[in-house]
Amino acid sequence: MPAITFIHPDGKSDRVETSGGESAMQAATRHGLDGILAECGGNAMCATCHVYVDESWLARLPAVADDEDALLDGTAAERLPNSRLSCQINITPELDGLVLLLPDRQV
Amino acid sequence: MSAPGSAASGVPHLDVDPFDMMFFADPYPTHELLREAGPVVYLDKWKVYGVARYAEVHAVLNDPATFCSSRGVGLSDFKKETPWRPPSLILEADPPAHTRTRAVLSKVLSPTVMKQVRDRFAAAAEERVDALIEKRSFDAIADLAEAYPLSIFPDALGLKPEGREHLIPYASVVFNAFGPPNQLRQEAIERSMPHQAYVAEQCQRENLAPGGFGACIHAQVDEGAITAAEAPLLVRSLLSAGLDTTVNGIGAALYCLARFPDQWQRLRSDLSLARGAFEEAVRFESPVQTFFRTTTREVELSGARIGEGEKVLMFLAAANRDPRRWDSPDSYDITRRTSGHVGFGSGIHMCVGQLVARLEGEVMLTALARRVAKIEITGEPKRRFNNTLRGLDSLPVTITPA
Ligand code: HEM
Ligand code: FES
Repeated sequence: MPAITFIHPDGKSDRVETSGGESAMQAATRHGLDGILAECGGNAMCATCHVYVDESWLARLPAVADDEDALLDGTAAERLPNSRLSCQINITPELDGLVLLLPDRQV
Repeated sequence: MSAPGSAASGVPHLDVDPFDMMFFADPYPTHELLREAGPVVYLDKWKVYGVARYAEVHAVLNDPATFCSSRGVGLSDFKKETPWRPPSLILEADPPAHTRTRAVLSKVLSPTVMKQVRDRFAAAAEERVDALIEKRSFDAIADLAEAYPLSIFPDALGLKPEGREHLIPYASVVFNAFGPPNQLRQEAIERSMPHQAYVAEQCQRENLAPGGFGACIHAQVDEGAITAAEAPLLVRSLLSAGLDTTVNGIGAALYCLARFPDQWQRLRSDLSLARGAFEEAVRFESPVQTFFRTTTREVELSGARIGEGEKVLMFLAAANRDPRRWDSPDSYDITRRTSGHVGFGSGIHMCVGQLVARLEGEVMLTALARRVAKIEITGEPKRRFNNTLRGLDSLPVTITPA
């Protein structure tokens, strides 16, 4: 199964094994990772699963949908060009090794 | 096919009325009975299927093509009975119609908009707490759980000052009307005319102050997103679902924090837990207890065969305490990872006002925890009975300032 890495604002990192068809958010919450709140449970309604995608991976992710784009305008930490909602990133085998940086706050 | 829920389909029949006063007084033993009887049950009293385990409630919520909302999310089947009011364009709609109206309300209540109202909501919470500290002893429902949302939400919507006393009674009718034709529902509808008249009037464009949520909905007409006839009905959704729900949500949080002083102390020592404390109260008490769906086709759900046109009652509150999904489900723990609870629903109809509710809950609990050392219950709490909403009518408390 693909594994992905979350890097906390203090530089500490967590490598997380994903299970089939999971989103990055689901993998993070299943492992009890701090830094992803996911208040809406992955329904693309809360913007509390915000991550910054490592630049080298950015182009390999599917494009941002309109509803995700609108929600990203409301993230608690600053929206950057590499901002995404982790509940909208489904982990496929091609994303094995993906690196996601966590913002300093989600609300 | 066999009769609904007959022995052949293996679905257990239960002689339980989840809309009865005795049930409302203490629903938990019955929730357990419903969960343990099987993944799908049949309630003879109202001739409906029921799901009370987390997995099945979540599955039904996330399959709107099979379990639809357009035939009503209460017991009444809109295909067989005339709805008591014109149906909601969002709650009681299916895609593609729902997709369009939902996009409008999502935009009006987005995280970006919450950033703009946050300071105002927080200042009002501080003011309310100031007033309560003066009083020391008060009713945590009337003076706080109701007074606080009433001090911000109608203004945020852009409502006129006159007639706001209709808002809570109107919402109470709406949520009673999802239930079966029992006394609660019949009496509520019989007395609803003045409240309905008020609400219909307030939903008109000229009665909504510029800049408010109501005016923002009407502005979507100019964008071509909705028609001028649809806008008032979408404003009505916020009037129906936006006030009494948060009254019961904040009431639930206060009742929990007053009953579990260790959690109150934990919150006081770390104010960043306020949002989680509110969210956990929504899981623990589930202010919105139930909703129905109607099957659009014959379907098999966890081994149970359900015919077309059947009502399925989802016990959100029972799912939120299903031991299959939650550790120590009956304890109120403000540090719990609540993500995935169904107190706000799940899937395409998941509460579009959830950010408003969380913001109100967070800023109120933060203001309270910063200034108050202790909350003591000083009299018997009284329950308020409603077919869908769970909450208190009064909660006498005395607070000790920090
Ligand atoms: C603690 C407070 C609240 C709770 C527990 C709550 C609960 C719910 C639930 C369970 C649903 C799902 C209905 C379904 O699946 O059929 C829902 C939908 C909805 N809620 Fe809330 N709600 C709350 C606050 C609010 C607020 C503050 C607003 C408005 C500002 C609001 C507006 C709505 C609307 C319009 C829908 C229909 C959404 C749709 O069908 O797409 N709610 N709510
Ligand atoms: S979990 Fe809510 S938007 Fe991703």
